[in-house]
Amino acid sequence: MSTLLEVRNLTKIYGEPGEHTLERTGPRAGTNICPDTEAIVACANVSFDLYPGEVLGIVGESGSGKSTVVKLLYFDMERTLGSAWLKPYLDGHSDILDASGQQKRYIRNYLMGMVYQNPRDGLNFRFTSGGNIAEKLIMAGHMHVGKIRERASFLLDRTEVPVRRMDDLPSSFSGGMQQRVQIAKAIANNPPLLFLDEVTTGLDVSVQARVLDLIRELQQELGIAMIVVSHDLSVIRMLTDRTLVMKHGRIVESGLTDQILQDPQHAYTQLLVSSLL
Amino acid sequence: MIENKKYSRRYNFAFIDESTKKEIRRKLLKAVAIPGYQVPYSSPEMPISRGWGTGGLHVTLAIIGREDVFKIIDQGSDASVNACNLREFVESMTGCKTTYDTREATIIQTRHRITEEVLEDHQIFVFQVPQPEPLRGVERYEYKTRLMHGEADYAKMWVSLYESFVQHGDIMLGAGYPVKVNGRYIMAPSPIPRWDVPNLNHARTLYLFGAGREKRLYAVPPHTTVEPLEFEDVLFKIEKFGLPCAKTGYRKAFLDELFLDDGSKEYVINDSNFMDKMELGMDVQQFVNPYLQKIVE
Repeated sequence: MSTLLEVRNLTKIYGEPGEHTLERTGPRAGTNICPDTEAIVACANVSFDLYPGEVLGIVGESGSGKSTVVKLLYFDMERTLGSAWLKPYLDGHSDILDASGQQKRYIRNYLMGMVYQNPRDGLNFRFTSGGNIAEKLIMAGHMHVGKIRERASFLLDRTEVPVRRMDDLPSSFSGGMQQRVQIAKAIANNPPLLFLDEVTTGLDVSVQARVLDLIRELQQELGIAMIVVSHDLSVIRMLTDRTLVMKHGRIVESGLTDQILQDPQHAYTQLLVSSLL
Repeated sequence: MIENKKYSRRYNFAFIDESTKKEIRRKLLKAVAIPGYQVPYSSPEMPISRGWGTGGLHVTLAIIGREDVFKIIDQGSDASVNACNLREFVESMTGCKTTYDTREATIIQTRHRITEEVLEDHQIFVFQVPQPEPLRGVERYEYKTRLMHGEADYAKMWVSLYESFVQHGDIMLGAGYPVKVNGRYIMAPSPIPRWDVPNLNHARTLYLFGAGREKRLYAVPPHTTVEPLEFEDVLFKIEKFGLPCAKTGYRKAFLDELFLDDGSKEYVINDSNFMDKMELGMDVQQFVNPYLQKIVE
């Protein structure tokens, strides 16, 4: 099977890197701040493949660089080094991180979806929930208000947001509802790839369970490939097939999720698993 | 006593010094070359405050020659305060002939209207623009709106139209309805009523826009496509008045609403020169557009 997304040597460094910055940071050095130049290595040498319909988890503690990876891939930040190829974009022949701003916007709108931890990052709170979904549809060239509203109400219904709240502002919604509107917006154009960045953090447990159920259902129904970023191992266990464990900006372990949870190899992963409540 | 001939005339022709006029003309050429694109310019100091028509005045003074005939209207009227003051200023600074007659003028400066009478290819039409940025309502940061224009990323503008339709049942933009110029840039046509927007499309005259306070110039060259933003099922409409003009009985002109002492209201034609000509029974050539043609006389 051909890969959907191929990522090689993805690196993000803040500040001026020195000659030995990459060697003197990372899990072995126990820091991601370069002792020579004080450059901060948010992530370095991150390489992985993602197959169509697969769910990949990225787990790690705060500051381990897991969010940075998806933000780089969703073009929210500029990478320092590295490449990524996405199969549906020019048949995977062109590095998406090298594309022009206009091309990146096309990729974001047609080929990717993103659900942020904070709904304020993914939704425009000055637009209604329907308007937020419409934004994504309009960006993909839909110019018929009736059809846009039809699709938006279908998506809201699908994500269990009451359709009669379509013309209300998301600020009047509960946190769980805002998160579901965000999911509806992210999947509006049936993208082959969806990023989920700490989607359940900050929601209470019962709402968390419903959001996770919804994501799993959508994944099975639509066959979207996903990259799920979380510090919560139970989210990772519930959603993902394969997992990367990150620490100090590097991948320290990768493998099947079950395997990693049952038989963690790296000391840090063992610590993570043993501290699971 | 040494006589200084250089200062024997108090001001340069058309007030602004020649090098600054040249700069403005250069920016105007760029604006014409990229229809709808906002070109930054110097916006030099004028004897009126910025935001009172300085942008239009800069354009007029930069392009006016001794042979030009100047007309200026404010909301359609030749006689309102802004128009009178600026007309006197241009007249005293250039010595050019001024007129009320739309046909006779070679340069027409305007605040918020296009004349009802059709404009010809030898005429130049200059708008005073308060807010040149059509995206300002949806994006407050200038660097972001420039990026949005650069990448033709207009989704936010469209969503605001969608929101307006959803909340009010119609697109509630009265004046300054956003238009797409030459299939590329979204442009604020200065706050002209929707009535005038179709007259920008494939016109014979050159339209120049000056925003003095915001320091931007832009242009719609003759025979350029200008389309108001509309959805496939929510279309652009021009104003409806219901009643005809109380003085001439005419319906196919933009009307002013007047309240009379007894509380009743009536409408009169907003364009003062056009109404004068109608009342005198003169033959006036009007703009032709599909929206006007639909109005039943």
